[in-house]
Amino acid sequence: MTILEIELCGIKMKNPTMLAAGILGSTAASLNWVARSGAGAVVTKSFGLNPNKGYANPTTVEVTGGVINAIGLSNPGVENFKFELEKLDKSVPAIASIYGANPEEFSQIATRVEGLADALELNVSCPHAMGGCGAAIGQDPNLTEEIVRSVKKSAKIPVFVKLTPNVTDIIEIANHAEDAGADALTMINSLGPGMRIDIDTGTPILKNRFGGLSGPAVKPIAIRCVYDVFDSVDIPIIGVGGIRDYTDVLEFLYAGASCIQIGTSIMYEGMDIFEKILNGLERFMDEKGYGSVDEIVGIAHR
Amino acid sequence: MHIPKIVKIKRIIDESPTVKTFIFDWKVENEIPGHFMMVWNFNDEKPMSISMIDPVTNEIGISIRNVGEFTSQVHKLQIGDKLGLRGPYGRGFHTAGSKVLAVGGGIGMAPIVAFSEEASRRGIEVHVVSAASTMNELLFGDRIKKSGAKLLTCTDDGSYGFCGFGTDLAEKALSENVYEMVVSCGPEIMMKKLFDMVERFKVPAQFSLERYMKCGMGLCGQCCVDNQGWRVCVEGPVFWTDELKLITEFGQYKRDASGVKHKIP
Repeated sequence: MTILEIELCGIKMKNPTMLAAGILGSTAASLNWVARSGAGAVVTKSFGLNPNKGYANPTTVEVTGGVINAIGLSNPGVENFKFELEKLDKSVPAIASIYGANPEEFSQIATRVEGLADALELNVSCPHAMGGCGAAIGQDPNLTEEIVRSVKKSAKIPVFVKLTPNVTDIIEIANHAEDAGADALTMINSLGPGMRIDIDTGTPILKNRFGGLSGPAVKPIAIRCVYDVFDSVDIPIIGVGGIRDYTDVLEFLYAGASCIQIGTSIMYEGMDIFEKILNGLERFMDEKGYGSVDEIVGIAHR
Repeated sequence: MHIPKIVKIKRIIDESPTVKTFIFDWKVENEIPGHFMMVWNFNDEKPMSISMIDPVTNEIGISIRNVGEFTSQVHKLQIGDKLGLRGPYGRGFHTAGSKVLAVGGGIGMAPIVAFSEEASRRGIEVHVVSAASTMNELLFGDRIKKSGAKLLTCTDDGSYGFCGFGTDLAEKALSENVYEMVVSCGPEIMMKKLFDMVERFKVPAQFSLERYMKCGMGLCGQCCVDNQGWRVCVEGPVFWTDELKLITEFGQYKRDASGVKHKIP
C-alpha cells in the first residue's frame, strides 16, 4: 500500500487522479493510454443512446486560462461504445459517463453498460448539450433527483453525479442528488457557457457560438463549489476544474474532494501530467508527514 | 494560443480541375512539411496540410481539393477574401537521409511537394512518385522539377507517365535505387501497400495519416487511433513505420464525426 492509494465508494484506486470526462476517452485505446500514463482511474467521454455527430467545427477555441468548447456530446452511441468498454485493459477502474434527456434514457443506458464499468457518472451538467440534455437537467433540482433515483433503482455499481456550477445554489442540487441515492458527486463541469468573437470579422468563433469554459481559469470556482458542498453532504466529492499541477490537487483535497480529475491541462502538459502531479503530491505528503490522502481531505474546514 | 488568425488570400493557383492552392502572408517560424492548419471559413473548420512553406518571402500555401461542402465554399473564394488559420499543428516529416523517395497520391501530394522542396534545398537527393487518377489531376509537377527533385509520374488510366498505381512505380524505384528514407501521403490503401513494401526493402519510412478532427489541440479525442490511443493531431499526423505497426487500425478502418467506425475501402 502506497500513501497515494485511496478507496472511493468501495472502488480501490492506486492514486487519487482520474481522467475527466470529455477529454480523449471516446475509445478504449485512448483510455488505456491514459491509464498507462499513471491515472488512478479513467472516465469515458459521455455517451448516449444513439450516435451523435455533435456540433460542426469550430468546436474548440483557446481563451485566457483555458478553452471554451462546444463539441456537443459527440459519441457513437451506447451499442458502439460497449465494444470500446469491452476492450479496456482493466488496469485501473473505468467510469462510464452517460447522458440522456430523461430518466428512462439514463436508466436504459446504465443497464446496458453497468457490467462493463466500475461506476457510472451521470452527465447532467454539459453546458452546450442539445435537446434537454446536460445542464438543462442539472440546473433543476427535482429533475436531477428524478434521474438519479431512476438510475439508482437498478444500478449495481456506484453512481456519481457530475454537477454544473452554473446554478444559483449548488448545495441545493447536491442535496437533491444525495437524497436520490448518488454515491458521489463530481464537481464541476465546465463553466458558462462563454463566447469568443473574432476581432477581425466580428464572427463568434465557435459554430455553436458559445461553449463551456474549462482550464485553470475555472479552478477558483470549482474549489469554492467543493468547499461549499463538502459541509452539506455525507458522500464523497470528486474535484475537477482547472487542475494543472499537484498544488492544484492539494487545494481540491483541502476543500474537501476525496480525489480529483484532470482534463484540459493535458493540452498544456501532455500525457505526462499524471506522473508529474503524482510525483509532486507524493513528495509533498512525504515532506509533511502525511500517511494517506484521506488525512488531507477537508483540511480547510478545520 | 489556439485561436484562428485571420489572413487574406494573396494568390490562388489553379493546380488541376479540382485542386486550388491558396497562398497567404504568414510569418514562417516553426512550420515544416507535414504540419497542418485548421482552416476556418467562418462557417466550418477543417484540417488541411501545408503545401508550400517559403521562409524567405514569409508565405505559406494550402492546397484544397473540392470534394464536399466546405471545400466547395473555399473554392469559391477570391484573392483578398479572408480565412482563419490556426496552427501549425502536429508532428511533421523528419527530414533525414541522403537519398529519399517521396510518394504522394492525389491531394496527398500537398505535404509531399513541400517536403521535396525543403529536402532538395538542404541538398538531399529526392525522387518523387506523383500519382493521380488521370493526367489533368497530376499535381505540382513544375514545382518538383524546379526544386531539383527527380519527378516520376503515374496515372491510374495511363493518360500520362507510367500506367498504374503509385505503389507500382514506387516498387520499381525501390528496386532500382538505394534510398535511406521513404516519406508518403495519400489514400490509406496506397500507404498500407507502401508500408508493407518498405518493410520488405528495409527502408525507414514516414507516413502522414488523415483522421476526422475536431479540436486539433489534443483534447477531444476524435482523432485517436487504435491501439495506442495516439492523437493524429498531436502525436501525428506523420508516423514512422515502427509506430504504424502499433496503429492497428491503419489501413483497416477510421472513425467518423460521431466516432462510428468505417472500413477503409
